[in-house]
This record gives sequence, structure tokens and C-alpha cells, in this order.
Amino acid sequence: MGIENILFIVAFGAAVFLFSKNLRKIIRNINLGRDVDLSDNKAERWKKMLLVAIGQSKMVVKPVSGLMHIVVYAGFVIINIEVLEIIIDGIFGTHRIFAEPLGGFYDFLIGSFEILAFLVLIAISVFFVRRNFMTIKRFGMKEMLGWPKTDANIILIVEVLLMGAFLNMNAADQILQVRSVEHYVVAGSYPISQFLVPVLEGLSTGTLVLLERSTWWFHILGILAFLNYLPYSKHFHIMLAFPSVFYSKLKPRGEFDNMDSVKKEVEMMFDPDADPYAVPAEPEGPIERFGAKDVTDLNWKQIMDAYSCTECGRCSEQCPASQTGKLLSPRKIMMDTRDRVEEVGKGIDKNGVEHKDGKSLLGDFISEEELWACTTCNACVDACPIELNPLSIIMDMRRSLVMEESKVPSELAGMLTNIENNGAPWQFSQTDRANWINEK
Amino acid sequence: MSDTLNVNTMADLTAKGEKPEVLFWVGCAGSFDDRAKKITRAFVKILNSVGVNFAILGTEESCTGDPAKRAGNEFLFQMQAMTNIQVLNNYEVKKIVTTCPHCFNTLKNEYPGLGGDYEVMHHSQFLQKLMEEGKLKIEGGKFKGKKISFHDPCYLGRGNGEYEAPRALLQELDAELVELKRCKSKGLCCGAGGAQMFKEAEPGTKEVNIERMEDVVEASPNIVAVGCPFCMTMMTDGVKNKEKEETLKVYDLAELIVEGNGL
Repeated sequence: MGIENILFIVAFGAAVFLFSKNLRKIIRNINLGRDVDLSDNKAERWKKMLLVAIGQSKMVVKPVSGLMHIVVYAGFVIINIEVLEIIIDGIFGTHRIFAEPLGGFYDFLIGSFEILAFLVLIAISVFFVRRNFMTIKRFGMKEMLGWPKTDANIILIVEVLLMGAFLNMNAADQILQVRSVEHYVVAGSYPISQFLVPVLEGLSTGTLVLLERSTWWFHILGILAFLNYLPYSKHFHIMLAFPSVFYSKLKPRGEFDNMDSVKKEVEMMFDPDADPYAVPAEPEGPIERFGAKDVTDLNWKQIMDAYSCTECGRCSEQCPASQTGKLLSPRKIMMDTRDRVEEVGKGIDKNGVEHKDGKSLLGDFISEEELWACTTCNACVDACPIELNPLSIIMDMRRSLVMEESKVPSELAGMLTNIENNGAPWQFSQTDRANWINEK
Repeated sequence: MSDTLNVNTMADLTAKGEKPEVLFWVGCAGSFDDRAKKITRAFVKILNSVGVNFAILGTEESCTGDPAKRAGNEFLFQMQAMTNIQVLNNYEVKKIVTTCPHCFNTLKNEYPGLGGDYEVMHHSQFLQKLMEEGKLKIEGGKFKGKKISFHDPCYLGRGNGEYEAPRALLQELDAELVELKRCKSKGLCCGAGGAQMFKEAEPGTKEVNIERMEDVVEASPNIVAVGCPFCMTMMTDGVKNKEKEETLKVYDLAELIVEGNGL
């Protein structure tokens, strides 16, 4: 084992350690949310995940970006087989360890990786142009200015560099194979990188070995760095898209949950046997707030949704409020939720679980004006390629506004009073309900 | 053409010891909104012509609580729901039809968890079923040469996945069905849902119903068909805003059938 292997093991170990530390933090943050039981209908959930997450069925609603996304997704998943080989080679100082046992199949694998890498490069380039040089409304909305745009470009550039390194490494490798340089076993097929060979052929063997080694190192260190970039990036969707779809809502989109906390009280009011003078039972555990004022009032799935959002903006593109210039953008709801839970998480890291900063998601991140602009039409939920639900967060915050803070737009207050007094949102008497029968 | 409607209330029928096949849930808009009342009457005309044995709750009906729930007042919603469920269960109601997708969604999806389990249909589904059973024959001759577009209500379409029933009815009319550029699961909201009907919109560059009306103007039908009393209000306002009252009419599905069949 040489110094190179020791360096590799240290780098690899550090990357895995750091990533798992940040991953645990995200899981902790997700669990800051209320508990909700989503363990039902396992079979249906697996099916949906297979179709929507693994099968990308909702991506292709937009054929251009959808199909290119599938290329990048397939490239990412499949080329990762190569990473396994790189890790084994890195630890044991071997070279192309899978070549001998796999034989002809290895050639096929490397050939497919190269073709995929090439397709990924094309797709990524198109993505880059779309984001930076074309006017696509959903990429230019105001919540995308600054860091979100930089984040998107970092992801695209890193992917170009990784694929570029992979192809350059293969090009150098095949020249070294032809020159029968020790260590470089003759293996693999190189449908794409063969075109780089003429460019590199003039280089000396020593330079080529250096090039092969440095691109190898760049490729794997790049991947390890990228892995550790994920927890800070919208790109984390590559992990959470799957559980998010699995735990997504199976009921009709129009159905909103009936709040259990309210149900208990309403049932008591309707119970003819209830003792009106009874002292209310001491609530067990902390008193539950109605609706969501802060991220900790949301349930864990809603927080997981926020971490899964890759800010594609298909939701806001379809939202009737966003389209007509209202302040509301469902994507911003998801981004704000993530920013706030990150803030709360950092506070807890610093000051412990009792951390309070006097801020909240509702008010400091999301305004009442945004919340009241929603028509609850479900266009955002329908548009999301991974079934995230900004609407459920909006609804829970409306509930907090109305039931905790009595902050209702005055016209709505009138509507609610009417329902309470005469069983209709307008001021008509219930006794006039059937007048239409005899009107012409 | 008879203008006298034959409508029983659950109370009447129960007093006679009878039970209807189905309860017609009229809804607040259908009971009180002048334009929506015409939809209610049109639907009843069809029920009468087919001879469906139905009843309404009449003065015992109360708001489902949908606008309260969507406005964030879960208490008021559940109070309304529990009250209605007591009434419905006392009458042993099993089957409900309604001309309002908001009532439809709430009764069908949100009442079961509070003790109200019913088979609930939107009137487009109910009429489609009557048609399939051969009980309702839709005469579409009057619509020859006309173009009709359907505006999907959110709570029927995206909310409950029903896109076909309204179209199955429209197909029976001798008119050309022209889809709006945004239709079915991609249909744009009229702007009234989520209790927006009862308040001014937040500041923006445009009203949602105007944005939607522009889809309609682009498709340039003679008639835009709706399946929701709130969409009716928003689309009618949109037509006025675009000054298209002469060339573009807004009708509910039931009204088109009444017109076609000369009821």
C-alpha cells in the first residue's frame, strides 16, 4: 500500500464522515416537525415511487427538460457503478479491478458509461444555456436571484467538470494501454474518449500517466466534494425525491385533512352526555398550536418536502396567483420553509434544543399577503414532478393566522360570521334556502 | 314547457314514510346566488323530466363549511360538518348529488372522517350515469355549428380527477368541443377557490379570471361551459370585462341540456 492509497482512504473516510454528520443533522431537522403516520398503503406507495420517482413519469410533462433530466438522472445512477470501481482501486492500489472478472461485459459497461457521460454533457450544456442565456420565466422569478441561481450553476459546472475528467481519464488510459505501460491493463471500450486520443497522443508517457492520475483524482475527489455540497444545495433532491414521493399524499388532491385537535373539541361540544361544568383534562405533553406558525408546527413530511425541493419552479409557473403578479409563489414557500428550518437547526446546534430566536416562518419569512393569495386550486401540487405539497404548508399557516391570531381579511371575517349565523357565506336567512323552487 | 318544478324536501318525504333515491345538495350558491339559482332550476328540470325520485334538505341545509375550511377556520368547518352530518344521518341519506364541486369535494372527501359516509356525485357524473343507463337522452340539435369549450373546475378536475363526465355530456350536443389551451389537469383556476370568492384579490398585475378569460377568447368558442357556480360568476365577469357578452355565453352543463332538450 503506497502513500497514494493512504491519502485516498483518508480523503474518502473524511468525506463519508462529514456527509453522514450533515445528513444526520438534516434528519434531525426533519424530525423537528410534528409526527404524522404515513405508514399506510405500503404497496400503493411503492408503486407510486416506482412510477413517479424512479420512472420520472411527471418530468416528461415538459418533454424537452423532462427527457434531458432523464438522461442526467440515468447517467448519474449508472455512472456511479464506475465510482465503486474507483473506490476499490483507490483503497487497494489496483487499476480497473473489474476488468478481469467482468471480461467482455466490462467493455460494454465502460462503453455505456462513456456514451451516457457524453449525453449528460450535452444535456447539462443545454440546461446551462436555458438558465443563463434564455428568458425562461420560472428561472427568473425573484426568489431565484442570488444564491439559488449560483447554486444551480455550481451544480451544472461541477457536473461538466466531473464528466470531462472521466472522459479525459479514459483517453489517457487507452493510450497508456496501447503503449503497454505497466499497471494499465488492456480493457474497456471507448466510443467517446477515442476522439480525444489524437489530441493527447503527442504527449510523453510520463505526462500521460500524470494526466491519467490527476483526472482520476479530480474525478473522485470531485464526487466526494459534490456529495458534501448536497446538504447545502437544492441538489439534495437526488436523495430525498424518493422518500418524498413514497410518503406523498395518496388521497384525492381536493381533500384537506380534518384537524384532530379541533375534532376532539367539536365532538365534545356535540356530545349530549358531556358534562358542561367538567374541568378540562390536563393536556398531555406540550399544548398543540392550531395550524403552523413556525416550522416546528409543520409535520415532518412538510419539512422533508422543503429539503426535497430542487427549485424547478414548475409549481409557480402553474400557480394562478404567481401568474397574475401576486406575491405568492409556491416555490418560495418551499424555499422559505427550508431556510427557516436550517436556521432553527443551526440555533439548536449552538444553544441546545430549547433554542428560541423570537422569529417564525409565518411573519419573518412568509407574509400574510402571500398566504391569502392562494386559491387552493392544487395546480402547484399537480405540477410538482415529485409530488411536493406547498398547498398543505399554506393551509396550515392560514389556520394559524385565523385560529391562533384571529388575523382574517375583513371580507372573509364577514363571510365566516355569515356561515356561523345563518349557515351560508352570504347574509341570507336559512329559511329562504328553498325559495328558488318558486322563482322564475 | 312547464316552469313548475316538482321538488320534495326530505322532511316531506319522511312524513309520508318515503325515501328518495338521491338527495340533491343545492349548496349556498345554488340556493341564494341569482345566476346559480338558474343552474339549480335547470338541474331539477332534468331530474323531473327523467323522473328521478330525489329530495332536497330545503331549510335544513346549511353551508358544508368548505369556504370556512379553506379560509383556515377549521373549527367553523367542523361545526358545520357535524351539524350537517347529524341531519343527513337522521334521514339515513346514502346518496348525494350536487351542482357545486366545492360541496361535492367536501361531502365526498372530508365528511367521512367526521362520521358522514355517503356516495357523492357531481351533477356531471350523475347526468352521465343517467345517460349511460338510457334514462336521459340529450338532444343536441340546437347547438349545430356552435363551438363549446369546457372550463374545468379545480375541485372536480385536479381535486378529484374527474375530467371525462362533463365532456361526455358535451359530446352529445351537436357542437364542436374546442379545448382551452390549458385544460384538464393543467386547467387554470377561475380565481374563486380557497375562499377567494368572498374577498378582493391581493395586489397583482391582473385578475385570475381575466387571465383565464384570455384562454377562452383565444379558443373563441360561442359558449363556455362550466360545472361550478363560482366559476360561473368569475367567467361571467370575465366575459363582461372583455366585452364579449354578445358573442360568448357562459352556461352550466345542466343549462345546456335543458336548452337542447327544450325543457
